[in-house]
Amino acid sequence: MADVMIMKDIEATAFRLGLDLSSIDLDSIHLPPSDDCGIPSDDEDVYEEDNPEFDSGFGNVIVVDNVPIVPMEKFEKLETVIRKIYSQVGDIKENGLWMPLSSDSTKTLGYCFIEFNTPQEAELAKKETQGYRLDRSHIFSVTMFDEFDKFMKVPDQWAPSESKPYAPGENLQNWLTDAKARDQFVIRAGSDTEVLWNDARHLKPDPVYKRSFWTESFVQWSPLGTYLATVHRQGAQVWGGATAFDRLMRYAHPQVKLIDFSPGEKYLITYSSHEPSNPRDINRVVVNIFNVRTGKVMRDFKGIADDFTVGGAGGVTGVSWPVFKWSGGTDDKYFARMGKNVLSVYETDTFSLVDKKSLKVENIMDFSWSPTDPIIALYVPEMGGGNQPARVSLIQIPGKEELRQKNLFSVSDCKMYWQSNGDYLAVNVDRYTKTKKSTYTGFELFRIKERDIPIEVLELENKNDKIIAFAWEPKGHRFAIIHGDNPKPDVSIYSMRTAQNTGRVSKLTTLKGKQANALYWSPTGRFIVLAGLKGFNGQLEFYNVDELETMATAEHFMATDVEWDPTGRYVATSVTSVHEMENGFNIWSFSGKHLYRVLKDHFFQFLWRPRPPSFLSAEKEEEIAKSLKKYSKKYEAEDQDVSAMLSEQERERRRKLKEEWDKWVSEWKGLHEEEKLQRQNLRDGEASDEEEEYEAKDIQVEEVINVTEEVEVEHAQERTKA
Amino acid sequence: MRPILMKGHERPLTFLKYNRDGDLLFSCAKDHNPTVWFADNGERLGTYRGHNGAVWCCDVSRDSTRLVTGSADQTAKLWNVQTGQQLFTFNFDSPARSVDFSVGDKLAVITTDPFMELTSALHVKRISRDISDQTAESLLVLKGPQGRINRAVWGPLNRTIISGGEDAIIRIWDSETGKLLKESDKETGHKKTITSLVKSADGSHFLTGSLDKSARLWDMRTLTLIKTYVTERPVNAVAMSPLLDHVVIGGGQDASAVTTTDHRAGKFEAKFFDKILQEEIGGVKGHFGPINALAFNPDGKSFSSGGEDGYVRLHHFDPDYFNIKI
Repeated sequence: MADVMIMKDIEATAFRLGLDLSSIDLDSIHLPPSDDCGIPSDDEDVYEEDNPEFDSGFGNVIVVDNVPIVPMEKFEKLETVIRKIYSQVGDIKENGLWMPLSSDSTKTLGYCFIEFNTPQEAELAKKETQGYRLDRSHIFSVTMFDEFDKFMKVPDQWAPSESKPYAPGENLQNWLTDAKARDQFVIRAGSDTEVLWNDARHLKPDPVYKRSFWTESFVQWSPLGTYLATVHRQGAQVWGGATAFDRLMRYAHPQVKLIDFSPGEKYLITYSSHEPSNPRDINRVVVNIFNVRTGKVMRDFKGIADDFTVGGAGGVTGVSWPVFKWSGGTDDKYFARMGKNVLSVYETDTFSLVDKKSLKVENIMDFSWSPTDPIIALYVPEMGGGNQPARVSLIQIPGKEELRQKNLFSVSDCKMYWQSNGDYLAVNVDRYTKTKKSTYTGFELFRIKERDIPIEVLELENKNDKIIAFAWEPKGHRFAIIHGDNPKPDVSIYSMRTAQNTGRVSKLTTLKGKQANALYWSPTGRFIVLAGLKGFNGQLEFYNVDELETMATAEHFMATDVEWDPTGRYVATSVTSVHEMENGFNIWSFSGKHLYRVLKDHFFQFLWRPRPPSFLSAEKEEEIAKSLKKYSKKYEAEDQDVSAMLSEQERERRRKLKEEWDKWVSEWKGLHEEEKLQRQNLRDGEASDEEEEYEAKDIQVEEVINVTEEVEVEHAQERTKA
Repeated sequence: MRPILMKGHERPLTFLKYNRDGDLLFSCAKDHNPTVWFADNGERLGTYRGHNGAVWCCDVSRDSTRLVTGSADQTAKLWNVQTGQQLFTFNFDSPARSVDFSVGDKLAVITTDPFMELTSALHVKRISRDISDQTAESLLVLKGPQGRINRAVWGPLNRTIISGGEDAIIRIWDSETGKLLKESDKETGHKKTITSLVKSADGSHFLTGSLDKSARLWDMRTLTLIKTYVTERPVNAVAMSPLLDHVVIGGGQDASAVTTTDHRAGKFEAKFFDKILQEEIGGVKGHFGPINALAFNPDGKSFSSGGEDGYVRLHHFDPDYFNIKI
């Protein structure tokens, strides 16, 4: 209950009552469950924040315009018609429909007022009947009563808006120009959020910016790394800049819970769900789409939570985020959302449905966009008890034509994995065995870029193996699977095209009995980290797929997360505060060499700052790769300088520490010497700490042992007598 | 070398102490019987029977004749080391937590826990050479710190008493007048309960271990923070090598929070640090539970650790240890 009140209110109340807030632990206060104690409920709170200036108490009244003008005889008939239309939408209050008459009471004036029970109903009515065609010449125009003032204030004369002088912004991509080509990352530990350089050469992070209480729940980079988003009770904010992190924009969205950027970071989607204080009320969900640069709301979606939780893994637990999935590429052209039996695809030019219609897909369970093209892959499960097979279809947007379809039989579940270039799509299909008691797994591999999109079926050697993880090589043609039974599953790596076999998938290798449950490809491909997280205590294996050999095995005990830096040079493994112990992160080289470690209590998040795609053309990149030797000389020399400098610094540091210590020791020795006599006195003149004394006591000990020996001899004698 | 496992206690260990010669090792545990062992081969010599509660601490006189123990049965007892005979009992109104003989063994400082409405206190007792002259009266009683005082030791020339405990503050008291002379300040001091405190061989500096996952080295006279050693788990016990510039830090997850999944999760190693560079040198594994007590043999060639698991592990160093370079 405590968190639905606004802090300001609490403070004000506390001040009034003369309480010292800092002495009270708010979380420890529990209110009686049934009584609301005069605390405004969540819903009203939000509503008030939405319309603070119009709160005239007429929030539930709408004005319907363009109603036919009728003489008195037809008045009742018209009233009945209107009442019929609007009572479908919501409950009209008693005497809530009022149609004014002209001054001589002979005819209506062509508009009416309708009062609903709740403002929500009024809003819904407005939405539903805006543009309602009663007949050809009477198209309803509905306005909220509260909005009248606002519209009346609009000046009749159009005045040119003042154009603000252009203020050049900072270079938001400045971090990419780092002379040492380092990468940044953000960490959250305790109440602090910190952005750091990964200074692998110096084997430590180099601080960039730090702030306490920067965010109220989490932080997130935009997909191209330009912005850092923070989440607050009042909404989301983005930060960025050339050197420090300044606030660039705010996005008001009370109680925002989740955020998501479009891939080209033009838009930001924010999500909040407002659990009702009364369990019988509906759980409302608000989704806003903002333009990141202007901060304008481009479109909002409001509704009940159930509308946002269809299909997929949602269901009881809540919304499967992101609700809206963006089409691939960085042009942010389309986004889509699944509804009950529909797939709604929106375009960002107008922020409305493509062709003004949702796509009807009976029973749609899951969908995903190709990462590069406007192609949607969707999955529909079996229907009619198996009479209608399950299917996976590829649909081209905006044409909505089906590019390819595959029917699948006795399917229990399907998961879709796109390769990052959109070249391939792998569909992991779990099928029932004949007895329907168990399932087995196969893969359907789509070659999207080839003519007619050929599909290939891949089955594991042991069909009963469970699939634990699947991952495509980014920008590549290989994929890795962890399969088998838990304590020691196998890892297999396949290629979609080998030198001998270009059109067929072939297995490259199987690594038997690996303690791994997660796969992390380097963003540049070629290297993969097989990680055994959580249950496996953080086993890591760095594997080179080109050479098919393990480069290194390591362990980051209890590791919970693994993340490659965007260049594929370093790997970060972290232990977040799911456990109490060991919180912090490790940085490794791509080949599995441990570089450095940072421990932080209450460690929550580690995120590399993403980089935008390279501007270099493929040919150029190849050229660089070819002449790598030439370039690497320069960097090797730099590396050497740094390590020489480091060891020099280290030597210097050690020398200093040593000197300091020696100073202490000599001081202590002096004092010890000074106090020697006094110590002797305290010990009744017994000369103190010297070695001679020590040996003298040794003799005493010997005597003791002699005594025991004598006893034994006596015993022995007795025994011999006996 | 393989450690020697000494199983003599039935309950978690609380304290370990070598005598000055380094041939005897005294161990205290939550069972009621302090035990003495041969420090060389780990053979049990005998126990001191008489306490009726967990024994928290002990100290042995310079000539290895007297042992003083502090127990949760609200007494501190003097013993004849050789015979195991109980010589004298100091009665308190709350559990005795820590005991320490002064230079010359004529005084002892005993700390008692807060109990019911009693606050914690430091008691200074006179120890008579002839046991028949021994009295129970306190020369001085110091009060003030909040919560338990986990350890109190004598400063140089018995002029001061240094204490540390649950309030995370290290205090230096005048042992004559009882005046509070110095306090560690918030910035340099520990952030959580101080669990252990050990003096250097020459009494010039001391090391404290705390649940804030660090150990700190202080100047005994000025209470200047000299070094900080940071670990990954709460510190229960600390020890300093008398021979090399090494410190040992033991601890681990709180016994009540130990998970059942993996013994490595608890970090029950004794960690060695370079005293000057503050860098970790290595660790000694073995205990199946947090380490509660650590002690170095005065010759610096062996050390022992006592754990929540009820074992004392006696480690003689390999020759390699003496050539460690970092």
